[in-house]
Amino acid sequence: MKKDSNRKDPLNIILAGVGGQGNVMASRVLANMLSLKGFWITIGETFGMSQRGGSVMSHIRVSGTSTWSPQIPKGKGDILVALEPIEAVRVMRIYGNPEIRVLVNTRPIHPVGVIAGDLNYPALENIEKGLNALTPHVWMLDATEEAMKLGNPILSNIIMIGALCGLNLLPVGFAEFTAVIKNFFPEKHLDINRQAFEIGKERVTN
Amino acid sequence: MSRLIEEKEGFPAVLMGNEAIARGALEAGIDVAAGYPGTPSSEIVENLARVAKERNLYVEWSTNEKISLEVAAAASFSHLRAICAMKQNGVNVASDFLLHLAGSGTRGGLVLVACDDPGALSSVNEGESRHFARLVEVPLLEPADFQEAKDMTKWAFELSEELKTLVMIRSVTRMSHASGNVKYGRLPEKASHASFKFDGPFLDSQTGPVISFPVDYKHKIIHEKLKKAREIFDGSPFNTYEGPQKPELLIITSSVCTLYTREAIHLLGAEKRVGVLKLGTTWPLPPKLVKKHLSLTDKILIVEEVVPFLEETVKILAAEEAREIGIKTFYGKNDGTLPMTGELNPDLVISALSKILDIPYQAMAPEFEKKLEAVTASLSPNRELTFCPGCPHRASFWSIHTALQMDNRKGFVCGDIGCYGMGMFPCGFNVIKILHAMGSGLGLASGFGKLNIFGMDQPVLAVCGDSTFYHAVLPPLVNAIHHRANVTLIVLDNSGTAMTGFQPHPGLPVNAMGEEVPGVDIAGVCQAMGAKVEIGDPFDQTATRKSINRLMEEEGVKVLILRQSCALSPEKKNKKKFEMRVEPSKCLGDECSCNRLCTRIFRCPGLVWDKEQKKSRIDEVLCAGCGFCALICPADAIGREEAVNQ
Repeated sequence: MKKDSNRKDPLNIILAGVGGQGNVMASRVLANMLSLKGFWITIGETFGMSQRGGSVMSHIRVSGTSTWSPQIPKGKGDILVALEPIEAVRVMRIYGNPEIRVLVNTRPIHPVGVIAGDLNYPALENIEKGLNALTPHVWMLDATEEAMKLGNPILSNIIMIGALCGLNLLPVGFAEFTAVIKNFFPEKHLDINRQAFEIGKERVTN
Repeated sequence: MSRLIEEKEGFPAVLMGNEAIARGALEAGIDVAAGYPGTPSSEIVENLARVAKERNLYVEWSTNEKISLEVAAAASFSHLRAICAMKQNGVNVASDFLLHLAGSGTRGGLVLVACDDPGALSSVNEGESRHFARLVEVPLLEPADFQEAKDMTKWAFELSEELKTLVMIRSVTRMSHASGNVKYGRLPEKASHASFKFDGPFLDSQTGPVISFPVDYKHKIIHEKLKKAREIFDGSPFNTYEGPQKPELLIITSSVCTLYTREAIHLLGAEKRVGVLKLGTTWPLPPKLVKKHLSLTDKILIVEEVVPFLEETVKILAAEEAREIGIKTFYGKNDGTLPMTGELNPDLVISALSKILDIPYQAMAPEFEKKLEAVTASLSPNRELTFCPGCPHRASFWSIHTALQMDNRKGFVCGDIGCYGMGMFPCGFNVIKILHAMGSGLGLASGFGKLNIFGMDQPVLAVCGDSTFYHAVLPPLVNAIHHRANVTLIVLDNSGTAMTGFQPHPGLPVNAMGEEVPGVDIAGVCQAMGAKVEIGDPFDQTATRKSINRLMEEEGVKVLILRQSCALSPEKKNKKKFEMRVEPSKCLGDECSCNRLCTRIFRCPGLVWDKEQKKSRIDEVLCAGCGFCALICPADAIGREEAVNQ
């Protein structure tokens, strides 16, 4: 396992979304990519209610020295990947700080309270403005739209992983991605996942 | 092939706590694994089932937890190693046998893994299984990281064979469902042969009959085993100390709380002031080790979830040793330093430490926190739990709700444990008014169904899932039929143990290892018992509603089985039966007298109220195409067309 004095240790990554978006899968793919590079990985997941419309969040701790708490302390997020816009805000409220890097899939999933008309879903530009007021490092990306062009909205999670790697915030990329996905997806789905990763990467680098 | 057996010795894999436990069992060379699914325990048996063929195991999802422990114990009595896994509530179910098992003792290594759910992240209570170890008097282990989860599980079998007793491992959600690095050990060669010996001396539980009688004799043996356990625990490498030799504050902790504690000390920079005694063997306590560390400090903080179990046992030991070690000041749950309810996290431990050591700590800079509150207050509407799009339960509860309204005698539903427990929320139209343990829905309904002689004229309904039906509904069904209770039982049969990940149950023609087995038919069982039985499709709204109304009028026990597989089941997932569309010219929106029935009351996430158009529309990403909402729109504005699936 390696230690790099220039890198924050532990580095705290949060993946957030809504049950059914493949949040847990995405966090495991990312964690295994980092594990390939020799880091100690701890993933904390809340997924007992994940299929039932609730907020889902994975905490990934990346360290050169040891296992860390599967729950990141308040205010200590370094990188936030949100598969849904208001989930980005929800995470910011607990784990945010002025230095956090935030990558957001802009496609909303309305809570039932919004569907029922009891609650309001905020306008996307207000969410973007709000996040930008808190940290200068915000990237917005319609990953679901891109995923639907590929034929399946679930691929938005892999597009987000590709985008994250495109931002060069982590010492991993396409090579690690291709190395780990064979353990997660059947052979026939590998190509579409590789495409999704590349699309995500392109969208943030162009 | 499962990565639990394909990876090489020494390879540092990233494993879930539950996978690490399963790997530990494989390294111990187990032969049998049994359990009943329950979050956060299910992945243990699930992962073992996946490698049953390669590792020559017998693995089963038993009908309930008590039976699973009995199945595992039978293997132990036949000199095999066996593991049994369940969630905390399952230990309650298994507890009757558990007490007898502690009395009879074991032969081959037998390990019970109980997974608690502090904070009730996926439970209806935050019960504790650690009490059972003390109650029935068996040794208790608690892993504090992923490597330990594997290593400790392997060791638990050796301990069980050394002491000839069941060993209990207690995990929690943040250990079982978290993941971290694990270095593999060796997978042993196995050449197991099962044979049950019973013709030795009556008092010899290893060769004679396996019983807890004579009680006084066997109970004394339990205490001899515990004495030996204390000695072993005093030297166990799973109990570690880190920190100064004479710390200002000693923290005694176990399980995942160890990681919270380390993080709290790190963030407060209190490494030179605080020592951590991490206990992997938490009952009985290692007396000499704990005494030694208590004697080196005056202040002790105990960090644990959920009830103050460790706190109590440490305080008893401190009281017993007070003459030698002096009077101590204790911090923990009892004095309010840590909360008595809910799960812990690093911040709660930080706040406890910061108070005791007088170290100021702010998780966020105050100006940032203020700005955060101002900027985000209205930007994160709450996400309440709901049934998935296409869930047959939403349709079933819609019909139950409509039937109860039409019946108009204040009928109510006794709920049970499964996704459908959410029938108490708006997503199930709040029809469930009572919810307790598995099987309690019909048990309570059986009681309510006899109260007519005291003037109660409300119709009584109960719901249960298919897996729950076999687990704990059969005895109350017998009870209700035998006592002529007036009850309508609705079995929400979605073809699997859906909430925990589609584990097979006795109603299905397949077992945990994927082998063909005889399925036990719910309708046939109910009929044979003497109940009136009807079978329906919850997506057929009118017929379902009419059945419920008719059955509520009849006397005795009536069973309506509503069959439709879970929307997430492998055969249904990502396959739409219907393409749905709201016809804008037909949807009258706010003008319609339905008062937005589809989005305001029915509330399926696949239907969205379009604020700008002031009409409903389908969210094509979320809609699962079940077609049910087309049946509820009074303006006939929701259309459905048979979908073409590739």
